[in-house]
Amino acid sequence: MAMEITNLSKDNLKKMFKEGKRFDGRSLLDFREIEISSNVSNKAEGSARVKLGKTEVVVGIKLGVGEPYPDSPDKGNLTVSADLLPLASPRFELGPPDFPAIELPRLVDRLIRHSDIIDLGKLVIKEGEKVWTVYIDVYPINDDGGLIDASAIGALVALRGAIIPELDENGKVDYDKKSKKKFPLNEDSIPISLSFFKLGDSIILDPTREEEEACDARITYGISKVGKEYMINSCQKNGEIILTTEEINHMMKAIPEKYDSIMGKLKKYI
Amino acid sequence: MKKSIKEEQEENSEFNREPSDSESVKRVVVVPGETIVSGEDYLPGEGTRRINEDVVASRYGLAEIAGRVIKVISLFGAFIPRRGNVVIGRVSDITFRGWNVDIDSASAGFLPIEESPRFINKDEMDQFLAIGEVVAAKIWNVNARGIDLSFKGKGLGKLEGGFIFRVIPSRVPRIIGREGSMVNLIKDKTGCNVTIGQNGWIWIRGSSISEEIRARKAIEYVAEQVFIDGLTEKMEEWFDKNK
Repeated sequence: MAMEITNLSKDNLKKMFKEGKRFDGRSLLDFREIEISSNVSNKAEGSARVKLGKTEVVVGIKLGVGEPYPDSPDKGNLTVSADLLPLASPRFELGPPDFPAIELPRLVDRLIRHSDIIDLGKLVIKEGEKVWTVYIDVYPINDDGGLIDASAIGALVALRGAIIPELDENGKVDYDKKSKKKFPLNEDSIPISLSFFKLGDSIILDPTREEEEACDARITYGISKVGKEYMINSCQKNGEIILTTEEINHMMKAIPEKYDSIMGKLKKYI
Repeated sequence: MKKSIKEEQEENSEFNREPSDSESVKRVVVVPGETIVSGEDYLPGEGTRRINEDVVASRYGLAEIAGRVIKVISLFGAFIPRRGNVVIGRVSDITFRGWNVDIDSASAGFLPIEESPRFINKDEMDQFLAIGEVVAAKIWNVNARGIDLSFKGKGLGKLEGGFIFRVIPSRVPRIIGREGSMVNLIKDKTGCNVTIGQNGWIWIRGSSISEEIRARKAIEYVAEQVFIDGLTEKMEEWFDKNK
């Protein structure tokens, strides 16, 4: 276990944020540099490696044949899971998943599902009996804060490069056969996640590990853009400190600009 | 077949470096399992062990020959507490005999109530040190139960103001420099108070936030430059560049 955040560092960060300063020279709502490589795994149907500063996440997509859920016989299934590997941070331990290990895949799941980027209706093989199940697996390799936003970008890039494998005559999946069938994606709505953190009276984006630990509250938005309208697909707050109306308004003002700037960086990959 | 460290260095021209003015010892990068020297003449020191004739590195780091003794100065790894080390830690719990202090090591540190400079009622111990506060303390004993800390020494005690951050503990000697030359340079150039703990945690307090950030950047830069000799002179240039 690494040392927990101290009162000194917390007070100091509070003071710095008030003056609009950060240790790495960014302004409060700036993202770190994003580095992406797609299709890094040759066994997965789609994969991506995302670096956000020192944070590093690998996302893989695997497709399998399964039964549809009774309430949606005409739709494929989507499952997001994450494994917080001890490799990534001294804070992660082996054993049953704790709160952050459950929250991370849930947030990515809701972001992807409710933005309707995956056309689940096209993932049906035989209605009511056989559908594709999409497994999105998130593996943080190094944790220096901002895991949620990095994982969301990773999932998006991995989906963009994904394929649907071929089925053989018995209806089994033939993973070895090279398939050129593109994954059915909805081009109109591309979701990204923006996690705002609050410390004192300041709101920041993309914190480092140190900053993330000092912060009192977090709110994660899943944002997509349909036409010229920005949409909130999902939203989750964490932490005991309340957020005021002014702070929410401040975030809402920042969202369009941040969405566009991140999309600009992702353009090459999606 | 005897193979000296010098010969090996010539083979690996990548590691060929000019010896600095202040030190005549040659250093070479080794990985665990790598043979540093062969022969009974050499003695395995810290970070090495003997396998048959050979002295083999057991850590990743810089191998160094000092007389007959071979040792490896590791570049990564956890802090190993030793008596006399000054460490910076966070008060993690209050017991009726003293304070538990997290010093970012495998075992917890313990600061007895007798270390307080004035009398403290046992039910008012958090008035002197509360949970989450930061102390600089000296290790005076390491035993099976834990690590005993003490405030006896210059500059030790509760730290107020400023902030703390971590570097890799094995880089600490580099940051301190020869007889404190590096840390004194950083103090002079930024005007900040700097206390360095052997456990890799460093405390900085300066007159302004921008000077504090500059001091932290300088220290992190030094911690990254492992393979460079004459770093103190290079840092003078660095400070001229980063004003």
